[in-house]
Amino acid sequence: MKRIAALPVLSLAGAAAMAAPFQNALKPAGIQAERIHDLWLLTVGICSVVFAAVLVALLLALSRAGRSDAATPPDVASLAAPEPRLKRNVLLAVGASIALLLVLIVADFQTDRLLGRMPLSDAVHIEVTAHQWWWEARYNDPEPGKIFTTANELHIPVGRPVIMTLKSSDVIHTFWLPNLHGKKDMIPGRTSLIRLRADQPGTYRGQCAEFCGLEHAMMAFLVTAEPNDRYEAWADAQRREASNVLSARESRGRQVFMERSCVMCHTVQGSGANAVFGPDLTHVASRQTLASGVLPNNRQQMAAWVTQPQKLKPGTNMPATKLSGEELEALLDYLGTLK
Amino acid sequence: MTTITTPTHTGQRDSARQLEQTWRDPPGLYGWFAAINHKTIAVRFMLTTFGFFVAGGVLALIMRLQLARPENTLVGPDFYNQLFTMHGTTMMFLFAVPVMQAVGSYLVPLMLGARSLAFPRMNAFAYWIFLFGGLMLYVAFLLDIGPDAGWFAYVPLSGPDYSPGKRVDFWAQLVTFTELSALLEAVILITTIFKMRAPGMTLNRMPLYVWTMLVTSFMVLFAMPSVMLASTALITDRLVGTHFYNPAEGGDALLWQHLFWFFGHPEVYLIFIPPLGFMSSIIATFSRRPIYGYPAMVLAVIATAFLAFGLWVHHMYATNIPELGKSFFTASSAMIAIPTAIQIFCWIATLWTGKLNFRTPLLFALGFFFILTLGGLTGIILASVALDLQVHDTYFVVAHLHYVLIGGAVFPLFGAFYYWFPKFTGRLLGETLGKWNFWLFFIGFNVSFFPMHLLGLAGMPRRVWTYPAGMGWDQMNLAATVGGMMIGASVLLFIINVLRSRRHGVPAGPNPWGAGTLEWGTDSPPPAGNFVAPPVCGGRYPLWEPDGVPAHVTGLADDRREILVTTLMDAVPDLRPVMPSPNIWPFLSAVAVTILFVGSIFTPWAVVWGAVPIAIGMTLWFWPRSRETRKNAASEVHP
Repeated sequence: MKRIAALPVLSLAGAAAMAAPFQNALKPAGIQAERIHDLWLLTVGICSVVFAAVLVALLLALSRAGRSDAATPPDVASLAAPEPRLKRNVLLAVGASIALLLVLIVADFQTDRLLGRMPLSDAVHIEVTAHQWWWEARYNDPEPGKIFTTANELHIPVGRPVIMTLKSSDVIHTFWLPNLHGKKDMIPGRTSLIRLRADQPGTYRGQCAEFCGLEHAMMAFLVTAEPNDRYEAWADAQRREASNVLSARESRGRQVFMERSCVMCHTVQGSGANAVFGPDLTHVASRQTLASGVLPNNRQQMAAWVTQPQKLKPGTNMPATKLSGEELEALLDYLGTLK
Repeated sequence: MTTITTPTHTGQRDSARQLEQTWRDPPGLYGWFAAINHKTIAVRFMLTTFGFFVAGGVLALIMRLQLARPENTLVGPDFYNQLFTMHGTTMMFLFAVPVMQAVGSYLVPLMLGARSLAFPRMNAFAYWIFLFGGLMLYVAFLLDIGPDAGWFAYVPLSGPDYSPGKRVDFWAQLVTFTELSALLEAVILITTIFKMRAPGMTLNRMPLYVWTMLVTSFMVLFAMPSVMLASTALITDRLVGTHFYNPAEGGDALLWQHLFWFFGHPEVYLIFIPPLGFMSSIIATFSRRPIYGYPAMVLAVIATAFLAFGLWVHHMYATNIPELGKSFFTASSAMIAIPTAIQIFCWIATLWTGKLNFRTPLLFALGFFFILTLGGLTGIILASVALDLQVHDTYFVVAHLHYVLIGGAVFPLFGAFYYWFPKFTGRLLGETLGKWNFWLFFIGFNVSFFPMHLLGLAGMPRRVWTYPAGMGWDQMNLAATVGGMMIGASVLLFIINVLRSRRHGVPAGPNPWGAGTLEWGTDSPPPAGNFVAPPVCGGRYPLWEPDGVPAHVTGLADDRREILVTTLMDAVPDLRPVMPSPNIWPFLSAVAVTILFVGSIFTPWAVVWGAVPIAIGMTLWFWPRSRETRKNAASEVHP
């Protein structure tokens, strides 16, 4: 079973990117997640008190009530006479429940309003499109020349708002980056928006949250929040076309890329490969993971992913490519230049 | 305390023998397929649903084994997706809703003092349809063509483009089977409850359990058509290229979610409301007093039913529907906590002032308080738009829904089995095994599902066939698996208890718990016609009335299936129609309907040609017998 051998690398990918607050709604790193977290603390507090009160009332009832067996005559007096003390206590308890519910509802409305009012000046605009089972991200800009596309790994500046336009190319997916915000569905035929801001630098993991078919479990992405100057530097690098200054073996690799199935689905800007069915590979070597957060990005895993993708991620739309040893090595060299 | 005494006069004994002869099902193999006695059908129905419960549980255990450790490869994604789809579909469509109707179809006539359910042949037909639908689904699953798009089957994933093949068609057709069965059962129960109550059982004397079944049945009538419509549109999208859900052709993917959850949320309450009736029955009997606040309890159940239809959007907060609309649904979702709180407080008040008899049924009822209250409070968390955006579609929701459905429905259901098993069989279930059953279930349940709340907050989404190590999810998943195994062991103990007690249990007699409602006023198990002399009802707990049962109904024919119909509000005797006798046509008609439903998965022509045998079956089902008609006409009295 090669799959068994292959799967443990998942954990390597995980460990590689494991900065402390990784994929966790209780460790907010941005303003939106922070506000939801505040509401969470209030709600859990109130709910815990109510739970404790109900249990205490129940235990008191059990301990103070008499004991009986099946032969004990039933007490039907209550059918004829009202029970004013019980009535008062039940009404009090119901009243308290309603009051606490009102507190929670008002707090929820308040949180919704705050979430909707995040300041948006100087925002980064990203269009994220979900595919079975990977993520495409297009960084929009008023200057057409500054638009670029990447996949599965996003960088955002700390402290600047990010407006993401969410779309799906096939089935329903859900964008979820718990450290920064709650979920938003990506529904084919519809466009939705999510607005968030990272306030602490770090790398956060997100994952598709709506069941989207065979490999729903293997549709993760990484978001790196970094200071604005580093973000801008990264964006500038992403805008550059792939270098055409290649060694002989790298050129041979590019030839393999262009002649085999790779070119049918992938784009490498500046190389002439412009297909859009798979992730844009112009800067694939700069990413931490392969296959939508599933594998660590190194030469060995890239070789495995190119030659036997179905073993690593059963059902993926990436076809296996049969290559000779020489072709594979050259291709890997070429892919390694796509920084 | 009074019970209706077993007849002693020779005349009554003859009458009892004659009644048994009249109301029992015919013997032999033919009789087995022709049976229509509501108790026979209800026992089969309960056993079938319990079989599906065990099957769904086994699927869950396989999933838990797969998730016990990260990057496990016990099962692959294709099989795992079938597993969770089958588990959800089984538990919702083949266990939780039908088991409540099955128990109701046994108990309701007995609690009402009636000889039968209304429309007994339709009841048999509804059972066969249910059975055949469930078998179809499991045959498909065993052939590795089980559905794999989730029990909610969101389009477009479940549509023709992304789920080619027949897998989703089996799922959609199962919905048709089970909803047809549920709608028929609802009609039967409503008619029985409105028109066949014992004289004197006015609406405000009706047992709380019967109220819950009445409310549930009305909810079925309004909720089920929505999902039948949705699934039929899905089938036509898949089979004949309609585009209800295809945005590219003017359809809408969200339409499915609205239609599905307009059914799906009330469905939770179809599962949850009958157990509220179990709770009220068990708590009254084992506290030795009537439930405190009868009018409030009834109104709370009705309020729950109304509100249940106004909160489906809380399953859709992450979609891009308008924010203001979502806030409305937050309020309505939170509001449903109020009627539930009223009932919980009324039960605590009853326990507070009662004298308690700690038998197994009461233990299960007390388990409800702990688990359901926690599940209800996490429900309030899910009602909030902002919080839901974080925990939606994570293991937090898995935890919540199991706390609500297992705590709110399965615990009271097990309590109900321990409580009414003596009525079904004449013997009590073992008490020691019962306590083991309870404690193992209670502890196992919390070990399994409590960590899932934390898993969801720690970022683990639902419906993933595996997860990477190093996410901090490993220990909690392992705990969930261990707890799941404990639940499995506890259900095994229950099965052993049932098998042992059925033969060797303590004989129960008519009323082993000293309970107050009418089903305890007849033999255990009850005779074919339920009551030798149908009782007249003198109060909410007729057997606890100081004067006992005030009178018995006399004058009904005992040589044919004559019953007493009473008026809707006040249960004043009104008519005495004759019920139909057993025959094979409900079974054969169900076979014909099954052929049409299954056939239509493969070709639309099945709807045309399949209608022919159904028409023949239904015609013969209703074919009048002139001898019986003459006999009945002769007994008519014209005022």
